Amino acid sequence: MTTEAGGSKAPAAWEPKIVAFICNWCTYTGADLAGTSRMKYPPNVRVIKIPCTGRFDPLFMLKAFERGADGVLVSGCHPGDCHYTAGNYNARRKFTVWRKLLDFAGIDLDRVRFSWISAAEGGKWVETVRNFTEAIRAKGPFREYGEMIDVR
Amino acid sequence: MSDRTAGIRAIAGKWLQEGTVEAVLGWEQGTYRDKTAPVLVRKAEEVDRLVFNERCTNNLMTYLKRDPVRSLSTVGIVAKGCDIKALIGLIQESQVPREKVKILAVTCPGVRNADGKRPVKCAACDVNTPVFYDEIVGEKIASNPDRAARFRDVEALEAMTPEERHRFWREQFDKCIRCYACRQACPLCICSRCIAEKNQPQWIETSAHPRGNFAWNLIRAYHLAGRCIECEACETACPADIPLMLLNRYMAKVVEQSFGYEAGRDPQAQPPLRTFKLDDDNSFIL
Repeated sequence: MTTEAGGSKAPAAWEPKIVAFICNWCTYTGADLAGTSRMKYPPNVRVIKIPCTGRFDPLFMLKAFERGADGVLVSGCHPGDCHYTAGNYNARRKFTVWRKLLDFAGIDLDRVRFSWISAAEGGKWVETVRNFTEAIRAKGPFREYGEMIDVR
Repeated sequence: MSDRTAGIRAIAGKWLQEGTVEAVLGWEQGTYRDKTAPVLVRKAEEVDRLVFNERCTNNLMTYLKRDPVRSLSTVGIVAKGCDIKALIGLIQESQVPREKVKILAVTCPGVRNADGKRPVKCAACDVNTPVFYDEIVGEKIASNPDRAARFRDVEALEAMTPEERHRFWREQFDKCIRCYACRQACPLCICSRCIAEKNQPQWIETSAHPRGNFAWNLIRAYHLAGRCIECEACETACPADIPLMLLNRYMAKVVEQSFGYEAGRDPQAQPPLRTFKLDDDNSFIL
Protein backbone atom coordinates (compact mmCIF):
# COMPACT_ATOMS: atom_id res chain seq x y z
CA MET A 1 0.00 0.00 0.00
CA THR A 2 1.37 3.41 0.86
CA THR A 3 4.98 4.10 1.69
CA GLU A 4 6.28 6.55 4.22
CA ALA A 5 7.05 10.02 2.94
CA GLY A 6 10.56 10.16 1.52
CA GLY A 7 10.31 6.74 -0.05
CA SER A 8 13.54 5.50 1.48
CA LYS A 9 11.86 3.31 4.09
CA ALA A 10 10.46 -0.13 3.40
CA PRO A 11 6.70 -0.17 2.61
CA ALA A 12 4.71 -0.33 5.83
CA ALA A 13 2.64 -3.48 6.35
CA TRP A 14 -1.01 -2.94 5.50
CA GLU A 15 -3.12 -1.85 8.44
CA PRO A 16 -6.90 -1.51 8.32
CA LYS A 17 -7.99 2.08 8.04
CA ILE A 18 -11.31 2.70 9.73
CA VAL A 19 -13.22 5.95 9.76
CA ALA A 20 -15.75 6.42 12.56
CA PHE A 21 -18.44 9.08 12.36
CA ILE A 22 -19.62 9.45 15.92
CA CYS A 23 -22.06 11.70 17.65
CA ASN A 24 -20.86 14.43 19.96
CA TRP A 25 -23.13 13.57 22.87
CA CYS A 26 -22.95 9.84 23.36
CA THR A 27 -20.41 7.85 21.39
CA TYR A 28 -17.77 10.57 21.38
CA THR A 29 -18.12 10.97 25.11
CA GLY A 30 -18.06 7.18 25.42
CA ALA A 31 -14.82 7.07 23.44
CA ASP A 32 -13.49 9.83 25.69
CA LEU A 33 -14.41 7.76 28.71
CA ALA A 34 -12.49 4.83 27.26
CA GLY A 35 -9.49 7.15 26.96
CA THR A 36 -9.70 8.64 30.45
CA SER A 37 -10.19 5.15 31.85
CA ARG A 38 -6.94 4.13 30.12
CA MET A 39 -8.60 1.37 28.14
CA LYS A 40 -6.58 0.15 25.17
CA TYR A 41 -8.00 -0.28 21.69
CA PRO A 42 -6.57 -0.47 18.15
CA PRO A 43 -5.27 2.83 16.77
CA ASN A 44 -6.74 1.97 13.35
CA VAL A 45 -9.83 4.05 13.94
CA ARG A 46 -9.96 7.69 12.82
CA VAL A 47 -12.68 9.47 14.70
CA ILE A 48 -14.71 12.22 13.08
CA LYS A 49 -17.10 13.94 15.43
CA ILE A 50 -20.53 14.90 14.13
CA PRO A 51 -23.17 16.73 16.18
CA CYS A 52 -25.67 13.88 15.91
CA THR A 53 -26.17 10.74 13.83
CA GLY A 54 -28.92 12.77 12.19
CA ARG A 55 -26.12 14.84 10.66
CA PHE A 56 -24.64 11.78 9.00
CA ASP A 57 -24.82 11.99 5.24
CA PRO A 58 -24.10 8.93 3.07
CA LEU A 59 -21.68 11.12 1.16
CA PHE A 60 -19.45 11.09 4.25
CA MET A 61 -19.16 7.35 3.87
CA LEU A 62 -18.49 7.46 0.14
CA LYS A 63 -15.86 10.14 0.64
CA ALA A 64 -14.16 8.05 3.32
CA PHE A 65 -14.03 5.08 0.94
CA GLU A 66 -12.80 7.31 -1.87
CA ARG A 67 -9.95 8.44 0.36
CA GLY A 68 -8.96 4.87 1.12
CA ALA A 69 -10.94 3.78 4.16
CA ASP A 70 -11.33 0.01 4.50
CA GLY A 71 -14.31 0.28 6.82
CA VAL A 72 -16.71 2.92 8.09
CA LEU A 73 -18.37 2.96 11.49
CA VAL A 74 -21.30 5.20 12.35
CA SER A 75 -22.30 5.46 15.97
CA GLY A 76 -24.54 7.58 18.15
CA CYS A 77 -26.91 7.67 21.09
CA HIS A 78 -29.22 4.78 21.89
CA PRO A 79 -32.82 5.19 20.73
CA GLY A 80 -34.57 7.45 23.20
CA ASP A 81 -31.35 9.13 24.31
CA CYS A 82 -30.82 11.59 21.46
CA HIS A 83 -29.72 15.03 22.62
CA TYR A 84 -31.98 16.43 19.92
CA THR A 85 -34.85 14.09 20.86
CA ALA A 86 -35.21 12.29 17.52
CA GLY A 87 -32.03 12.72 15.45
CA ASN A 88 -31.07 9.10 15.81
CA TYR A 89 -34.57 7.85 14.98
CA ASN A 90 -34.50 9.82 11.75
CA ALA A 91 -30.97 8.60 11.09
CA ARG A 92 -32.03 5.00 11.57
CA ARG A 93 -34.43 5.21 8.63
CA LYS A 94 -31.72 6.74 6.48
CA PHE A 95 -29.27 4.00 7.52
CA THR A 96 -31.82 1.33 6.60
CA VAL A 97 -32.28 2.68 3.10
CA TRP A 98 -28.64 3.55 2.48
CA ARG A 99 -27.35 0.20 3.67
CA LYS A 100 -29.69 -1.61 1.31
CA LEU A 101 -28.62 0.60 -1.57
CA LEU A 102 -24.96 -0.13 -0.89
CA ASP A 103 -25.74 -3.82 -0.90
CA PHE A 104 -27.62 -3.48 -4.18
CA ALA A 105 -24.60 -1.72 -5.67
CA GLY A 106 -22.48 -4.66 -4.60
CA ILE A 107 -20.62 -3.00 -1.74
CA ASP A 108 -19.70 -5.52 0.93
CA LEU A 109 -21.87 -4.67 3.94
CA ASP A 110 -19.20 -6.06 6.27
CA ARG A 111 -17.26 -2.88 5.47
CA VAL A 112 -19.92 -0.81 7.13
CA ARG A 113 -21.08 -0.90 10.73
CA PHE A 114 -23.64 0.99 12.74
CA SER A 115 -23.90 1.07 16.51
CA TRP A 116 -25.45 2.86 19.44
CA ILE A 117 -22.90 3.58 22.17
CA SER A 118 -23.78 5.75 25.15
CA ALA A 119 -21.51 8.14 27.06
CA ALA A 120 -21.20 5.52 29.80
CA GLU A 121 -20.25 2.68 27.48
CA GLY A 122 -16.51 3.19 27.10
CA GLY A 123 -16.17 -0.57 27.20
CA LYS A 124 -18.62 -1.07 24.36
CA TRP A 125 -16.69 1.46 22.28
CA VAL A 126 -13.44 -0.43 22.84
CA GLU A 127 -15.10 -3.72 22.01
CA THR A 128 -16.80 -2.36 18.90
CA VAL A 129 -13.60 -0.84 17.52
CA ARG A 130 -11.61 -3.96 18.34
CA ASN A 131 -14.10 -6.32 16.69
CA PHE A 132 -14.50 -4.14 13.62
CA THR A 133 -10.74 -3.70 13.19
CA GLU A 134 -10.20 -7.43 13.40
CA ALA A 135 -13.04 -8.14 10.97
CA ILE A 136 -11.58 -5.68 8.46
CA ARG A 137 -8.09 -7.04 9.00
CA ALA A 138 -9.39 -10.48 8.11
CA LYS A 139 -11.02 -9.12 4.96
CA GLY A 140 -7.99 -7.17 3.79
CA PRO A 141 -7.92 -3.89 1.88
CA PHE A 142 -11.14 -2.68 0.26
CA ARG A 143 -10.24 -3.67 -3.30
CA GLU A 144 -13.55 -2.95 -5.05
CA TYR A 145 -13.33 0.66 -4.06
CA GLY A 146 -9.55 0.72 -4.37
CA GLU A 147 -9.86 -0.16 -8.05
CA MET A 148 -12.19 2.74 -8.57
CA ILE A 149 -9.70 5.05 -6.93
CA ASP A 150 -6.82 3.93 -9.11
CA VAL A 151 -8.53 3.74 -12.51
CA ARG A 152 -7.56 6.75 -14.58
CA MET B 1 -58.49 14.78 -33.56
CA SER B 2 -59.13 12.48 -30.64
CA ASP B 3 -61.79 13.10 -28.00
CA ARG B 4 -59.09 13.57 -25.40
CA THR B 5 -57.32 16.25 -27.41
CA ALA B 6 -60.63 18.02 -28.00
CA GLY B 7 -61.53 17.80 -24.32
CA ILE B 8 -58.15 19.17 -23.23
CA ARG B 9 -58.43 22.13 -25.65
CA ALA B 10 -61.96 22.94 -24.48
CA ILE B 11 -61.10 23.01 -20.79
CA ALA B 12 -57.73 24.74 -21.26
CA GLY B 13 -59.45 27.37 -23.41
CA LYS B 14 -62.13 27.92 -20.78
CA TRP B 15 -59.57 28.29 -17.99
CA LEU B 16 -57.48 30.78 -19.96
CA GLN B 17 -60.54 32.73 -21.07
CA GLU B 18 -61.91 33.01 -17.55
CA GLY B 19 -58.50 33.80 -16.15
CA THR B 20 -58.58 30.79 -13.80
CA VAL B 21 -54.97 30.12 -14.79
CA GLU B 22 -52.23 32.28 -16.28
CA ALA B 23 -50.99 29.52 -18.58
CA VAL B 24 -51.53 25.87 -19.38
CA LEU B 25 -48.68 23.41 -19.58
CA GLY B 26 -49.27 20.52 -21.95
CA TRP B 27 -47.94 18.56 -24.91
CA GLU B 28 -47.87 19.71 -28.53
CA GLN B 29 -47.03 17.83 -31.71
CA GLY B 30 -43.25 17.56 -32.02
CA THR B 31 -41.08 18.05 -35.08
CA TYR B 32 -41.30 14.34 -35.83
CA ARG B 33 -44.58 12.47 -36.16
CA ASP B 34 -43.84 10.14 -33.29
CA LYS B 35 -42.72 12.79 -30.83
CA THR B 36 -44.46 15.34 -28.68
CA ALA B 37 -42.91 18.39 -27.06
CA PRO B 38 -43.85 20.31 -23.93
CA VAL B 39 -45.65 23.60 -24.52
CA LEU B 40 -46.70 26.46 -22.27
CA VAL B 41 -49.89 27.99 -23.67
CA ARG B 42 -50.54 31.51 -22.42
CA LYS B 43 -53.41 32.63 -24.65
CA ALA B 44 -56.82 31.05 -25.20
CA GLU B 45 -56.37 31.41 -28.98
CA GLU B 46 -53.38 29.09 -28.83
CA VAL B 47 -55.02 26.09 -27.16
CA ASP B 48 -55.17 24.29 -30.49
CA ARG B 49 -51.51 23.54 -30.08
CA LEU B 50 -52.34 21.11 -27.27
CA VAL B 51 -52.54 17.43 -28.14
CA PHE B 52 -52.83 14.11 -26.37
CA ASN B 53 -51.74 10.79 -27.82
CA GLU B 54 -49.68 7.76 -26.83
CA ARG B 55 -46.48 9.70 -27.49
CA CYS B 56 -47.18 12.02 -24.58
CA THR B 57 -44.61 10.12 -22.57
CA ASN B 58 -42.84 13.01 -20.83
CA ASN B 59 -43.75 13.89 -17.29
CA LEU B 60 -44.48 17.61 -17.44
CA MET B 61 -44.33 18.08 -13.66
CA THR B 62 -40.59 18.63 -13.98
CA TYR B 63 -41.36 22.05 -15.51
CA LEU B 64 -43.01 23.17 -12.27
CA LYS B 65 -39.52 23.72 -10.87
CA ARG B 66 -38.39 25.90 -13.81
CA ASP B 67 -38.50 29.67 -13.47
CA PRO B 68 -40.95 30.52 -16.29
CA VAL B 69 -43.52 28.26 -14.64
CA ARG B 70 -42.50 28.94 -11.06
CA SER B 71 -43.08 32.68 -11.56
CA LEU B 72 -46.70 32.16 -12.62
CA SER B 73 -49.34 32.69 -9.95
CA THR B 74 -51.52 29.87 -11.27
CA VAL B 75 -50.88 27.24 -13.87
CA GLY B 76 -53.03 24.60 -15.49
CA ILE B 77 -51.26 21.35 -16.22
CA VAL B 78 -52.33 18.52 -18.48
CA ALA B 79 -51.47 15.28 -16.73
CA LYS B 80 -51.77 11.53 -16.90
CA GLY B 81 -52.39 9.55 -13.73
CA CYS B 82 -48.69 8.76 -13.34
CA ASP B 83 -47.68 12.42 -13.77
CA ILE B 84 -50.13 13.39 -11.02
CA LYS B 85 -48.23 11.13 -8.61
CA ALA B 86 -45.25 13.44 -9.04
CA LEU B 87 -47.42 16.45 -8.28
CA ILE B 88 -48.66 14.73 -5.13
CA GLY B 89 -45.02 14.36 -4.06
CA LEU B 90 -44.36 18.04 -4.72
CA ILE B 91 -47.44 19.06 -2.73
CA GLN B 92 -46.40 16.79 0.17
CA GLU B 93 -43.01 18.45 0.29
CA SER B 94 -44.45 21.98 0.07
CA GLN B 95 -42.72 22.58 -3.24
CA VAL B 96 -45.91 23.54 -5.03
CA PRO B 97 -48.97 24.96 -3.26
CA ARG B 98 -52.07 22.95 -4.18
CA GLU B 99 -54.00 26.16 -5.00
CA LYS B 100 -51.44 27.21 -7.58
CA VAL B 101 -51.98 24.21 -9.84
CA LYS B 102 -55.14 23.29 -11.70
CA ILE B 103 -54.90 19.67 -12.76
CA LEU B 104 -56.37 18.84 -16.14
CA ALA B 105 -56.31 15.08 -15.86
CA VAL B 106 -56.60 12.85 -18.87
CA THR B 107 -57.41 9.16 -18.82
CA CYS B 108 -54.60 7.24 -20.43
CA PRO B 109 -54.57 3.81 -22.05
CA GLY B 110 -50.75 3.77 -21.91
CA VAL B 111 -47.93 5.60 -23.65
CA ARG B 112 -45.01 4.47 -25.80
CA ASN B 113 -41.29 5.00 -25.58
CA ALA B 114 -39.18 6.17 -28.53
CA ASP B 115 -38.73 2.54 -29.59
CA GLY B 116 -42.50 2.07 -29.81
CA LYS B 117 -42.67 -0.21 -26.78
CA ARG B 118 -44.85 0.27 -23.72
CA PRO B 119 -42.83 1.21 -20.65
CA VAL B 120 -42.92 -0.91 -17.50
CA LYS B 121 -44.86 1.83 -15.72
CA CYS B 122 -47.79 1.26 -18.10
CA ALA B 123 -47.84 -2.48 -17.43
CA ALA B 124 -47.95 -1.76 -13.69
CA CYS B 125 -50.30 1.23 -14.00
CA ASP B 126 -53.25 1.47 -11.63
CA VAL B 127 -54.16 5.06 -12.45
CA ASN B 128 -55.26 4.85 -16.09
CA THR B 129 -58.16 6.88 -14.76
CA PRO B 130 -56.58 9.50 -12.49
CA VAL B 131 -57.96 9.92 -8.98
CA PHE B 132 -56.62 13.36 -7.99
CA TYR B 133 -57.55 16.25 -10.27
CA ASP B 134 -59.62 19.39 -10.89
CA GLU B 135 -61.09 18.41 -14.25
CA ILE B 136 -60.88 15.17 -16.15
CA VAL B 137 -61.26 14.34 -19.82
CA GLY B 138 -61.50 11.07 -21.69
CA GLU B 139 -63.47 7.90 -21.23
CA LYS B 140 -62.86 6.15 -17.93
CA ILE B 141 -60.46 3.22 -18.24
CA ALA B 142 -60.40 0.37 -15.75
CA SER B 143 -56.87 -0.54 -14.70
CA ASN B 144 -55.52 -4.04 -14.82
CA PRO B 145 -52.14 -3.60 -13.21
CA ASP B 146 -49.40 -6.18 -13.28
CA ARG B 147 -47.85 -4.95 -10.05
CA ALA B 148 -45.15 -7.61 -10.09
CA ALA B 149 -43.76 -6.10 -13.32
CA ARG B 150 -42.24 -3.31 -11.26
CA PHE B 151 -39.77 -5.49 -9.44
CA ARG B 152 -39.05 -8.23 -11.99
CA ASP B 153 -35.68 -6.81 -13.11
CA VAL B 154 -34.81 -5.78 -9.57
CA GLU B 155 -35.26 -9.33 -8.35
CA ALA B 156 -32.99 -10.69 -11.07
CA LEU B 157 -30.24 -8.41 -9.81
CA GLU B 158 -30.94 -9.27 -6.18
CA ALA B 159 -30.37 -12.91 -7.00
CA MET B 160 -26.77 -12.16 -8.04
CA THR B 161 -23.82 -12.20 -5.63
CA PRO B 162 -22.56 -8.82 -4.36
CA GLU B 163 -19.44 -9.18 -6.56
CA GLU B 164 -21.57 -9.76 -9.66
CA ARG B 165 -23.75 -6.81 -8.77
CA HIS B 166 -20.72 -4.64 -8.24
CA ARG B 167 -19.34 -5.60 -11.63
CA PHE B 168 -22.73 -4.95 -13.21
CA TRP B 169 -22.99 -1.44 -11.77
CA ARG B 170 -19.37 -0.60 -12.46
CA GLU B 171 -20.04 -1.37 -16.15
CA GLN B 172 -23.25 0.61 -16.15
CA PHE B 173 -21.83 3.63 -14.32
CA ASP B 174 -18.73 3.64 -16.54
CA LYS B 175 -21.06 4.73 -19.35
CA CYS B 176 -22.20 7.79 -17.42
CA ILE B 177 -21.09 11.04 -19.02
CA ARG B 178 -22.35 13.17 -16.12
CA CYS B 179 -24.73 15.19 -18.23
CA TYR B 180 -27.28 15.18 -15.37
CA ALA B 181 -30.13 14.66 -17.82
CA CYS B 182 -31.58 12.23 -15.25
CA ARG B 183 -31.72 15.02 -12.72
CA GLN B 184 -33.10 17.60 -15.12
CA ALA B 185 -35.88 15.29 -16.32
CA CYS B 186 -36.85 14.20 -12.82
CA PRO B 187 -39.91 15.97 -11.45
CA LEU B 188 -38.78 15.31 -7.89
CA CYS B 189 -35.13 16.37 -8.12
CA ILE B 190 -36.00 19.77 -6.74
CA CYS B 191 -32.87 21.33 -5.24
CA SER B 192 -32.11 24.63 -6.92
CA ARG B 193 -28.49 23.93 -6.12
CA CYS B 194 -27.69 20.26 -6.50
CA ILE B 195 -25.12 18.53 -4.28
CA ALA B 196 -23.32 17.55 -7.49
CA GLU B 197 -22.61 21.21 -8.16
CA LYS B 198 -21.23 22.00 -4.74
CA ASN B 199 -17.49 22.49 -4.82
CA GLN B 200 -16.73 23.87 -1.37
CA PRO B 201 -16.24 21.07 -0.42
CA GLN B 202 -16.71 19.00 -3.53
CA TRP B 203 -18.58 15.93 -2.37
CA ILE B 204 -19.06 14.38 -5.78
CA GLU B 205 -16.30 14.52 -8.33
CA THR B 206 -17.51 16.16 -11.51
CA SER B 207 -15.41 14.34 -14.09
CA ALA B 208 -16.81 11.19 -15.71
CA HIS B 209 -14.52 8.98 -13.65
CA PRO B 210 -15.67 5.74 -11.95
CA ARG B 211 -15.31 7.27 -8.51
CA GLY B 212 -17.52 10.29 -9.14
CA ASN B 213 -19.91 8.30 -11.33
CA PHE B 214 -20.45 5.78 -8.57
CA ALA B 215 -21.07 8.46 -5.98
CA TRP B 216 -23.38 10.48 -8.23
CA ASN B 217 -25.59 7.60 -9.30
CA LEU B 218 -25.92 6.20 -5.80
CA ILE B 219 -26.67 9.56 -4.22
CA ARG B 220 -29.20 10.40 -6.90
CA ALA B 221 -31.05 7.16 -6.14
CA TYR B 222 -30.74 7.71 -2.38
CA HIS B 223 -32.16 11.23 -2.58
CA LEU B 224 -35.19 9.78 -4.35
CA ALA B 225 -35.78 6.97 -1.87
CA GLY B 226 -39.41 7.07 -0.78
CA ARG B 227 -40.01 9.95 -3.21
CA CYS B 228 -39.60 8.46 -6.69
CA ILE B 229 -42.98 7.84 -8.30
CA GLU B 230 -41.50 5.64 -11.05
CA CYS B 231 -42.35 7.83 -14.04
CA GLU B 232 -39.16 6.62 -15.77
CA ALA B 233 -38.29 10.14 -16.95
CA CYS B 234 -34.65 9.72 -15.82
CA GLU B 235 -34.12 6.49 -17.66
CA THR B 236 -35.83 7.81 -20.80
CA ALA B 237 -33.62 10.90 -20.72
CA CYS B 238 -30.36 9.02 -20.11
CA PRO B 239 -28.25 9.17 -23.28
CA ALA B 240 -26.00 6.38 -22.00
CA ASP B 241 -28.86 3.90 -21.38
CA ILE B 242 -28.04 3.34 -17.73
CA PRO B 243 -30.89 1.33 -16.15
CA LEU B 244 -31.61 3.98 -13.53
CA MET B 245 -35.06 2.61 -12.82
CA LEU B 246 -33.47 -0.51 -11.38
CA LEU B 247 -32.02 1.63 -8.61
CA ASN B 248 -35.20 3.64 -8.17
CA ARG B 249 -37.46 0.61 -8.09
CA TYR B 250 -35.16 -1.16 -5.67
CA MET B 251 -35.39 1.86 -3.36
CA ALA B 252 -39.18 1.79 -3.74
CA LYS B 253 -39.16 -1.88 -2.79
CA VAL B 254 -37.01 -1.25 0.28
CA VAL B 255 -39.24 1.60 1.39
CA GLU B 256 -42.40 -0.48 0.90
CA GLN B 257 -40.98 -3.39 2.84
CA SER B 258 -39.35 -1.36 5.60
CA PHE B 259 -41.86 1.43 6.13
CA GLY B 260 -45.02 0.24 4.36
CA TYR B 261 -45.11 3.34 2.18
CA GLU B 262 -45.65 3.93 -1.51
CA ALA B 263 -44.81 7.32 -3.01
CA GLY B 264 -47.27 9.53 -4.87
CA ARG B 265 -50.51 8.32 -3.32
CA ASP B 266 -51.66 10.69 -0.61
CA PRO B 267 -50.85 14.44 -0.60
CA GLN B 268 -51.42 14.49 3.17
CA ALA B 269 -49.06 11.60 3.97
CA GLN B 270 -45.69 12.21 5.60
CA PRO B 271 -42.78 11.12 3.34
CA PRO B 272 -41.11 8.07 4.94
CA LEU B 273 -37.65 9.58 5.37
CA ARG B 274 -39.07 12.65 7.04
CA THR B 275 -40.61 10.70 9.85
CA PHE B 276 -39.91 7.60 11.96
CA LYS B 277 -41.44 5.04 14.24
CA LEU B 278 -40.07 4.05 17.61
CA ASP B 279 -40.09 0.41 16.57
CA ASP B 280 -38.35 0.79 13.21
CA ASP B 281 -35.92 -1.99 12.32
CA ASN B 282 -32.96 -1.89 14.68
CA SER B 283 -31.57 -5.33 13.90
CA PHE B 284 -28.57 -4.15 11.88
CA ILE B 285 -27.36 -1.71 14.52
CA LEU B 286 -25.00 -3.01 17.21
